[in-house]
Order: sequence, then structure tokens, then C-alpha cells
Amino acid sequence: MTAVRRLAPLLGIGVIILYCLAPFYWMVVSSFRRTSDIFDMSVLPSPWSLENYQAVFSGQNQFTRALLNSLVVAGVTTACTVLLGTLAGYALARLDFRFKNLVLALVIATSMFPGISLVVPLLKLFSEIGWIDSYQAMIVPSMSFALPLAVWNLTTFFRQLPVELEEAATVDGCTRGQAFRKVILPIALPGVFTTTIIVFVVAWNEFVIALSMVSKPEMQTATVRISQFAGFAGYDSPFGTQMAAGVIVTVPLVIAVLLFQRWIISGLTSGGVK
Amino acid sequence: MAALLLSPTLLVLGLVVGYPLLAAFRESLYRGGDALDADGFMVSGDRFVGLDNYTEALGSRFWTAFGNTSFFTFTTVAIEVVVGTAMALVMHKVIRGRGLVRASILVPWAIPTAVSGLLWRWIFQSDGVANEVLATDLLWTSDRWAAKIAVIIADTWKTAPFVGLLVLAGLQLIPNEVNEAARLDGAGAWQRLWRVTLPLVKPALLVAVLFRLLDALRMFDLPFVLVGPQKGSVETLSMLAWSEANQVRYGPAAAYSVILFLYVVVIAFVFVKMLGADLLGDKRKKGASA
Repeated sequence: MTAVRRLAPLLGIGVIILYCLAPFYWMVVSSFRRTSDIFDMSVLPSPWSLENYQAVFSGQNQFTRALLNSLVVAGVTTACTVLLGTLAGYALARLDFRFKNLVLALVIATSMFPGISLVVPLLKLFSEIGWIDSYQAMIVPSMSFALPLAVWNLTTFFRQLPVELEEAATVDGCTRGQAFRKVILPIALPGVFTTTIIVFVVAWNEFVIALSMVSKPEMQTATVRISQFAGFAGYDSPFGTQMAAGVIVTVPLVIAVLLFQRWIISGLTSGGVK
Repeated sequence: MAALLLSPTLLVLGLVVGYPLLAAFRESLYRGGDALDADGFMVSGDRFVGLDNYTEALGSRFWTAFGNTSFFTFTTVAIEVVVGTAMALVMHKVIRGRGLVRASILVPWAIPTAVSGLLWRWIFQSDGVANEVLATDLLWTSDRWAAKIAVIIADTWKTAPFVGLLVLAGLQLIPNEVNEAARLDGAGAWQRLWRVTLPLVKPALLVAVLFRLLDALRMFDLPFVLVGPQKGSVETLSMLAWSEANQVRYGPAAAYSVILFLYVVVIAFVFVKMLGADLLGDKRKKGASA
């Protein structure tokens, strides 16, 4: 009985890790197989091959450009929303004003908005003003989900900071603005940083907006580009190439997640549970 | 001061959410393209058609998409809540290997949905690893029910760990003494779970479930990549609206997206007003300070 008691949690842990990582592992393993033995079921590729990675970056896929596009779209979206979110988050957490709960509820409500309801009218608008196939056509709609996320995360974060620090700064003669810049912002940096990572991951993973607003292959983001790989040498479903591209798109995120897991988890859960 | 800090955010939200919402409502009452008017003359441009887009939208393709959306939403969220809660209970128990579990649980969250769609399409190939492991011979992506199940499995994989994280955070707020007291009163492990732990994580769970429901209602990327566009077996309302807009039929597309929006509003209303999901965290905070 005691042995079971001791082993059961370990077993549970093993199951969870297997559940989370096995499909990802299969993607990585498949990406290192040769096209000729892509259907092998062995646990490790034999022999290892970089064929798929070469195919990903072959000219017709324009994958380097797609990665760059993703970086621009997700980067600009994140920078804008974290900046606006820091200001709004501070106001919502610290200042007293009328309609505060209304604003908060509004922010949450917008984050629940189905993306397609924005895409349809914006698609029509953007084709009328000639924005199709441009970065701004992806960045502006992306703010619709990124901004509420940033505001909400930062609001909960600012709320956790001690009010006394700010009060002490004002007593010492700081204006509100100075107190914000010199006292609050430095200690809020971890929260801002966590929010930046979370928003960037979500913006990087965006699909439906990028799919709808862009039709030229050279303007597509990486997530859209991968789903439309024609394959090299005329294979109808170039799975090896797709898996390799999937690994390239995912690995930076996975590394970031591993490095900052503690912060990310606190950021993700504070919005939902606090 | 507050107005100064908040106005940029509200302005942006108004432009990227408020304006499109109103535009979608307006658009759903119009129809573009050429048509014959009452006297038999050709007219071009947008015409006001009242509720025609809605009455015509309610055809069999709509009801299939509506059924798929509801089916996916309620089954995936139900499974994710059970699996996620189980994961959270396990993670709450262990001390060793916690870092490793937390890191691996974030991997499905970090993978782009489009990539996970491809990943699962590869796993569900007719001569892929799923059929090998399960010793089955299913055509996962073309058979009606197998395709639905494939979408559910792939979605559960990606989001159950996320639910697990939220529930774990809720579990960690429960003071140890509560469980200890129940044990001294003679409650068994099972009773403690049902009578003490679960009721106490209910607020956290309710918020997690609401977020998941609304996210599942707008499901698009996963069936789109895993099975493909315009497949009746897995087409959701988002996909239907997208495919209409893609064929420059903005009126019907807007009608579908408005219907989806109203669906989301109804679910959110039920959760917040009737089940008391505490989104702002107000009640709990007040309760704690009182």
C-alpha cells in the first residue's frame, strides 16, 4: 500500500509528461527522417537526415521571408499593445475613477470576441482602401485580441505591487508621473516582460487574420505559409517538410517557455484565477 | 489622468473591435454584386436586403456548422475539464519533478494551433502512427466521425494542460488546514475530493471553463488545417463565415459571424449572470477582506 502511495504520483507525472510531449516528439523525429523513410515507425530516425530542413528553405517555399513577416507582425503588435497596456493597466489598478469596472468588463468582453466577426468587415474595408497584402492589415486586427490580453495581465500585475512604495515616493516629493517612472516601472519590469512573452507567443501563433488579409505568398506569416506548402518535388503532402517547418516555428517558443516557465505560468494564471 | 492613460487603449479597441462589430451588423443587412431590380434593370453595388441574409443563411450548411461548433465546444470543454482537473490534482500532490512537469505542460500551449493541426494530420495519416499504435485502419481525415474525433483529440491535447494550470493555481489557494480538518473529521480521500477540494476550486474552474467555451466556439485553425476547408464533417461557424467572405459574399458572411457573436454573448451571459462566474475577481477579493 505504501509503495503504491509513493509510486502513484510518479506514475501520474509520467503520464502527464508523456501526454504533453509525445506528439511534439513525433514531429521532431519525423522532421529528421529522409523522405524515403518518412513512414517509418522507429522511435529514432535511421539514418538521421537534414533533407527536410533543406527543403523548407528551398526557394519556392519562401520560408525565410515568412519567418521575417511573422517577426514583424508579432513584434509590432506586441510592442504597441504592451506600451498601451502598461498605461491602461496602471490606471485600472491604481487610480480611482468612475466607470472603472465598466472599462474592465469591456476589456474582458473584447477578449472573448470571436475573431471571424472582425475579419469579415475588416476584410471588406481593407480591400476598399488597398490594405490587403500589407503588414498593417495583419497588425491592426491582431491588436483586438492582443490588447485586452496585455491590459488584463498588466492590471492584475500592478495590483500586486505594494501601494506603500508609491505613497512613500509622493511623500518624498515625487509627482505621480515621477513615481510611476522611477519607482513603479522598475519593480513592474518582470510583469511587463512576462506579458511581452505571452502576447508575443499568442500573436506569433495567430492564423485566421493572417490567412484572410494576405494572398501574396511573400507576405504570408509562417503559420499560414506552412499550412500551404506545396511540397518540394511535387509530393502532394510534404509531411517531412511540414514537420521540419513546424519544428523551426515552434522551437524558439519552446525555448522561451522553458527559460521563463515560472513567470509565464504566473502570468497566465493570474488573469483567470486571481 | 485616468482618462489620459486609458484613452489610447479604448480608442484602439473601439477601432479594431467596436467599429467592425457595427460594420458586421450593417453588412449583414446588405448584399453586394449585380442583380435585377423589380423592373428588370441591372443594379450593381450594395443593396439593402433586410433580414434576407439571415433567412437564407439558415440552410442545411448553417445547421451542420452550428451543430459541429456546439458539438466540438461542449465535448472538448467537458473532456478538458476532467483531464485538466486530474492533471492539476496530480501536480498538486507531487513535490519532486514539479519543474519538469510545468515546463512540459507549457509545450502544447506554445505550439501554434496551425502547426498542431499539421502535426495531428501527420499522426492521423492512413498509414500514420495513430493507426499503428491503435492497430486500427481508419481514414481519420475523410471519415465523418473519425474526422470529428481527430479534431477533438487534437484540441484536447493542446488545451487540457492549460486548464490544468488554471485549476492548479486555484488548488494552491486552498489552505492545507481545510483538508487536514476534514481528514480529522474522518472524511476519506474520495470524500475530501468531492466535498472539500472541488467545491473550493469551483470559482477558478468556472472562469477557466468560460474562457475555454468562448475559445472553442470560435474554433477555426485546427479543423481548417487538420481536415481542410469546406468539409461538412468538421466545418464550424467561423469556417463557414470565412469561406463566404473568401468568395466575396460579405453579406452572408457577416450574417454568420453575427450569429456566432450572439451565441458567444448568450454563453457568456449564462455563465456570468446565472452561474456567477467571477471574471473581475471582485467577489472573492471582497469576501477575503470582509
